[in-house]
Amino acid sequence: MSDRISAETVAKVARLARLDVTPDEVSRLTSQLDGMLEHFADIDALDLASVEPMTQPYPLVNVMRDDVVAPSLDRDEVLAAAPAAEDGRFRVPPIIGLEG
Amino acid sequence: MSESTPGEKFMIGEYELVCGLEVHVELATATKLFSASANRFGDEPNVHIDPVTLGLPGALPVLNRRAVELAMRIGLALNCTVQPCTFHRKNYFYPDMPKAYQISQYDQPLNVDGWLELPGGKRIGVERAHLEEDTGKSTHVGGSGGRIHGSDHSLIDFNRAGVPLVEIVGRPDITSPEEARQYVTELRQILVAIGASDAKMEEGSMRCDANVSVRKPGDPLGTRCEIKNVNSVRSLGRAIEYEARRQIALIESGERVRQETRHWDETDGRTHTLRTKEDADDYRYFLEPDLVPLAPDEAWIEEVRASLPSLPRERRARLSSATGAPADGEAIMVVVERGQDDYVLAVGDHGADAARALVHVKEAFAEQGSEPRVPVADLARLITLETSGKLTATQAKTVLAEIVGAGGGDAEAIAAAKGFEAMDTSELEAMVDQAIAANADAWAKYCAGEEKAMGALVGAIMKTSKGKADGKAVTALLQSKRGS
Amino acid sequence: MSVETTAFRIADDVRAGRARAVDVLDAHLANVTAREGDVHAFNTVTADEARRMAEAVDAAVAAGRDPGPLAGVPIALKDNMCTRGIPTTCSSRILEGWKPPYDATVVTRLAAAGAVFVGKTNLDEFAMGSSTENSAFGPTFNPHDVTRVSGGSSGGSAAAVAARFAAASLGSDTGGSIRQPAALCGVVGVKPTYGTVSRYGLVAFASSLDQIGPFTHDVRDAALLLETISGHDPLDSTSIPQPPLQLLGEIDRGVAGLRIGRITDLPGGSEPEVEQRLAEAFEALAAAGATIVDVELPSLKYGLTAYYLIAPAEASSNLARYDGVRYGSRVEAADTNAMYMATRAAGFGDEVKRRIMLGTYALSAGYYDAYYGKALKVRRLISDDFARAYERADVILTPTSPIVAFPVGSKVDDPLSMYLCDVFTIPTNLAGHPAMSVPFGTGAHGLPVGVQVLAPTLGEPVMFRVAAELERGVR
Repeated sequence: MSDRISAETVAKVARLARLDVTPDEVSRLTSQLDGMLEHFADIDALDLASVEPMTQPYPLVNVMRDDVVAPSLDRDEVLAAAPAAEDGRFRVPPIIGLEG
Repeated sequence: MSESTPGEKFMIGEYELVCGLEVHVELATATKLFSASANRFGDEPNVHIDPVTLGLPGALPVLNRRAVELAMRIGLALNCTVQPCTFHRKNYFYPDMPKAYQISQYDQPLNVDGWLELPGGKRIGVERAHLEEDTGKSTHVGGSGGRIHGSDHSLIDFNRAGVPLVEIVGRPDITSPEEARQYVTELRQILVAIGASDAKMEEGSMRCDANVSVRKPGDPLGTRCEIKNVNSVRSLGRAIEYEARRQIALIESGERVRQETRHWDETDGRTHTLRTKEDADDYRYFLEPDLVPLAPDEAWIEEVRASLPSLPRERRARLSSATGAPADGEAIMVVVERGQDDYVLAVGDHGADAARALVHVKEAFAEQGSEPRVPVADLARLITLETSGKLTATQAKTVLAEIVGAGGGDAEAIAAAKGFEAMDTSELEAMVDQAIAANADAWAKYCAGEEKAMGALVGAIMKTSKGKADGKAVTALLQSKRGS
Repeated sequence: MSVETTAFRIADDVRAGRARAVDVLDAHLANVTAREGDVHAFNTVTADEARRMAEAVDAAVAAGRDPGPLAGVPIALKDNMCTRGIPTTCSSRILEGWKPPYDATVVTRLAAAGAVFVGKTNLDEFAMGSSTENSAFGPTFNPHDVTRVSGGSSGGSAAAVAARFAAASLGSDTGGSIRQPAALCGVVGVKPTYGTVSRYGLVAFASSLDQIGPFTHDVRDAALLLETISGHDPLDSTSIPQPPLQLLGEIDRGVAGLRIGRITDLPGGSEPEVEQRLAEAFEALAAAGATIVDVELPSLKYGLTAYYLIAPAEASSNLARYDGVRYGSRVEAADTNAMYMATRAAGFGDEVKRRIMLGTYALSAGYYDAYYGKALKVRRLISDDFARAYERADVILTPTSPIVAFPVGSKVDDPLSMYLCDVFTIPTNLAGHPAMSVPFGTGAHGLPVGVQVLAPTLGEPVMFRVAAELERGVR
């Protein structure tokens, strides 16, 4: 273990990613992620100060469409595929606990 | 004392207010920001949904050109610089956010560094005005009164999801609740004038969050709180003042203000903690890889700039110089907001007194919209009759009501049909003398300086003249007869 | 009818009335019946749908209409491409049973060209993996040796072609997911230039790296498929505004005068037989009149790191939509947040969770600059290296995979060693360039070896010339 990432951080990241993890999973993930980050440290030595980040492989700009309406999907078909629906809407349990 | 007169600094005790507003407006496009389903308010739930709106696997966003144009109009109307920009993903989970990220603009927004001028001339800085997509709508079922807490479950409608928004981030240059109200009112008028949005706070097409802090003059900025859920211009002023007083009370009692987001509750007139900064989400912003940069060229920007109509501020100034009325006075504010200023000017161009036209339009055209049905010539003729003394102000009002009701008409003919004709001075004098004789008590009191007593005399004259007498002329005659 | 043929000949025969599409389909379905139990290439076999499509093709021919350049060609689709009304699972429990209400652009284009869809193929869950062992529905086995993996993530699509369950198939390639299984299964696999094939309807893994491409028996079929699916799509903002690629005319042009790049500082670790096949490939091209030139790509060795930060970062965001609200599976809980946590924990497999965790971490406050931000800069370095190399060379040759198909289960517990399978394929995705794998003899245990041809942006024509020459050279 190189201690690049702690179990606490792993647990926090899991909450951020909305993944329930057991204590066993936390310790396994901590060791696996730590191993990867150790491997990925190969780029730490590179001098990247003057390098522009590359985000798009092909340089396109100003891609837009006209403001013209196309038909909606069928509501009944879409709601039939939803885990829960009611009154033409998607149903979810009470919305609490979403902070953090 | 929290009320202040113009020109006087707003203070609560020893504290001054520092406030910046973040206003979200829904753009008046036909379709959503990144997909072709309809941008329409008030329909059945989930009837404007497509793969992009629902965040279905495999769906990809494509930017709406019209939304960009409207956002540029907003930027240019707010004196911003329009610049090359990019879109980012703001990642957070919420059931009304279909992809679990909102496509927004982050460090490279479309419009930057502008300002909005209040009617009185003060400029409020605009830091940026950027494009982003709206969320769907949650309805909370069960529990008490549709609130999240205690609800049994929630229902989600995605019609609004993906509707184009521009977020206008104002600088903290606002120093009183009244300035905040003026800022939002002026902004609303600009947005409507340029066709960018219908900007209705009640329907949520314009939403306003206020960042509020207080400090003693000369001190560094205090800790700010963000106030959400303000649904009218009136509530905005109330919420800001409540929040400022709450913060001052904390400071005065030796506590500190916590940086947090607070929820304005219209029913109890207070703000309540929504969430504190400590447990704020980590949004993990990164460049949206499904979109490419947006870089409006100079030609496009100038084309949009050239297509902008004159803004409310310019229109008020123009109307003020044509009528002599103050640019930030009620009549001009109201008439320009209704978009009836061109109409008033046209009546003036027809040879009628523009100042009278302003008053009549303000009073009688509330239901007429920006293109009144009454022909300009008809109102001009009425005003000419009035200003030449052929109709009294009261008679003119009566005739105008008829013209407005019928969508036009010949003022002279209507006045004749009603038996309105101007009285000559000798006839009026005779009536005045007759009234004095018949109301000797009132006349004596009036002569003794009791101004209220004049009412009885004027009333009697009006009765005799069957309303044809001009009130101003009667008053003048009575005053001259008293010798003052 | 025999299935030992190509898509090109099937379409030619069907269009000319020499063969019937239903017979072609039946021959392939017979192979499915015989071997699918051992190979497990498919998540869904759409035999009924395929029969309707084949009958429509035959009816068109009978009526004197041309069904299109892929008339009657049985094609399999990786199960991460949306097909209206047909389950699209990404081999994940979280999408089990989900039927998209729309078709991906590639699906629409293939159907319009007369193709017949035989089924949806297995993959590593959400295309994350190099062996198709990360499928929630079990691995796809290599038709050449069913104790070994098919490669991944498009293992099902590669195996379906290798086992002749379909004449061709589509896969998606984010870091090698077409080319590596093509090499391991002994078929041709192409990752086109980013932006030449629409991603609309491809379930996203890493949006700035994903690209759809074909698996075929030979290079000419790959050209035919790519001509059909490429070209601008207004529904994908990253789609390059240009007409479909023109490639069939390149196949027989030869390589005389072309400059073939050999990377002098290529990361090592390949099996000796793989190294040997690559050397023979250079010889074959030289013999056909090409010049071999040395190129250096000093940043190539950082590709794996850049990729395994960028791809998971994008994936962590792309996969956030699987929240149990609008579609897919849900684990009920007392509140929405608990429902999210339980649904995602139950719905995603270990590898997907690992990458979501890695990506979330790489993007999170305090770590962005150290990981994601830095990876984007390394991506630029690699792209610049390629730009310099392509001043000297028209194409570059590498092995596709450092190793031949490995035994099922041999790498599942060591994610990092699995990641190393992609060392030669990843840099192309980072640069957005095209690359393809061409079968070139065999390696250890007589298993197929693939040679990879890399080309610069929109360099597909020259890439196909070289690939066709390699194909001739190995015969």
